[in-house]
Amino acid sequence: MPEQTIEVDNLHLWRGDRHVLRGVSFRLVQGGCLEVCGANGAGKTTLLRALCGLVYPEEGRVLWNGENVRRDMPSFHAALAYLGHEPPLKADLTARENLHYWIGVRRPLERTELDVALARVGAHTWCERLVRTLSAGQRRRVALAGLALLPVPLWLLDEPTTNLDREGRELVGELIGEQLARGGIVIAAVHQGLPAAAGTVTRLDLAA
Amino acid sequence: MNHREGNVAQPLAALDAPVPVDIATIATPRREASALAAVRLVLLRDLRLAFRKRSQLVQPLAFFAMVTLLFPLAISPELARLRELAPGVVWVGALLGSLLALEFLFRDDAHDGTLEQYALSGQSLTALMFAKTLAHWLLTGLPLALMAPLAAVSLGVPAAALPGILLAVAVGSVTLSLIGSIGAALTLGIKRSGALLSLLTLPLSLPVLIFGARATQLAIQGASFLAPLELLGALAVLGLTLAPLAAAAAVRISLE
Repeated sequence: MPEQTIEVDNLHLWRGDRHVLRGVSFRLVQGGCLEVCGANGAGKTTLLRALCGLVYPEEGRVLWNGENVRRDMPSFHAALAYLGHEPPLKADLTARENLHYWIGVRRPLERTELDVALARVGAHTWCERLVRTLSAGQRRRVALAGLALLPVPLWLLDEPTTNLDREGRELVGELIGEQLARGGIVIAAVHQGLPAAAGTVTRLDLAA
Repeated sequence: MNHREGNVAQPLAALDAPVPVDIATIATPRREASALAAVRLVLLRDLRLAFRKRSQLVQPLAFFAMVTLLFPLAISPELARLRELAPGVVWVGALLGSLLALEFLFRDDAHDGTLEQYALSGQSLTALMFAKTLAHWLLTGLPLALMAPLAAVSLGVPAAALPGILLAVAVGSVTLSLIGSIGAALTLGIKRSGALLSLLTLPLSLPVLIFGARATQLAIQGASFLAPLELLGALAVLGLTLAPLAAAAAVRISLE
């Protein structure tokens, strides 16, 4: 992977008359991991959505490899994976079908890759079940399998460890560790801190 | 990356599944899916989902069948009079029937975060919206077109006119689906969007209704219906070029 950097410069965002993001700035180079902390309603999710361009900040800019991301949204989007706090899964499709369609829209996917990713998150025994019959933790694991299949340079994760057991949280740490080891960047909104396996992380506190 | 696997609990050790492979190695080479592959997958996903939830699929068809079958009972069994009303009945039924399924076009996708993933996929959202609209047409417009000749028969239309009716409804419903996709995308943020959705899309659908009914009328009279059919085709082309763009823009706004 070539050199990757993300630079956030003085981001301000209002929701109605509420000033949610008040001048957020940071810079991450490849292999960098940022933990975004803050109380409920501090704007962690809003920050992630502003970074990936889903919401428009009133002020400030996001630079990807030195270029304003607004210039070329599609190629910035191709370089990032965003995992919201709800796994983006269809209740009426099986776990495997969900990954096939969700990841397949982004990159060619082979059956064996899917098998490996599903086994990795411990889903190989229940991946043929409809997602509506899965528990919240299992759904989160399917979403993690999707993340593992998207080795793009930038990961934006919103509460990646929600609903997961201890083993699942370690898996999140492992995935993040691998992403950093191959030169990726991870920005994660978290409540209790990232699992130890993630390695060294920088912390950004958002005031409520 | 081996040092990493040594110091964490091994969730994989207990599994009888394939040997764990380093994600970095399986993921290379990093290529992006082509736009065509993405469109195909979005289309297939929607079709598969629709066949898992058949009630939504049947609803517009049942509505259309009921409307067109009730008319002869309510008006008169006199075939000449029914034949005169047939174009209007078929088209109003098709228009309202196609409206019924519209509300669901983007709602589930917005709810479960699928639209967000589409918007962030690096693929053209316009192309993906086109795929979704195409799925909607295949699931409502095309079945309505296939049913229209049956409905027409119950209204006393001669058999010679049936291919023309099928063709007119098939072409017209493309435009109805496309206009509907804009309306459905614009009303995404609204809880009970049904009333507003019809208010938005019905005025825009009027040209389709007018030319569609005219084509049907001419077909029943045994005259050439080429002119109104060509106008329906022109409307469909106009819709194809503009509606996915507008729907994509509306979806982006709704995600904010």
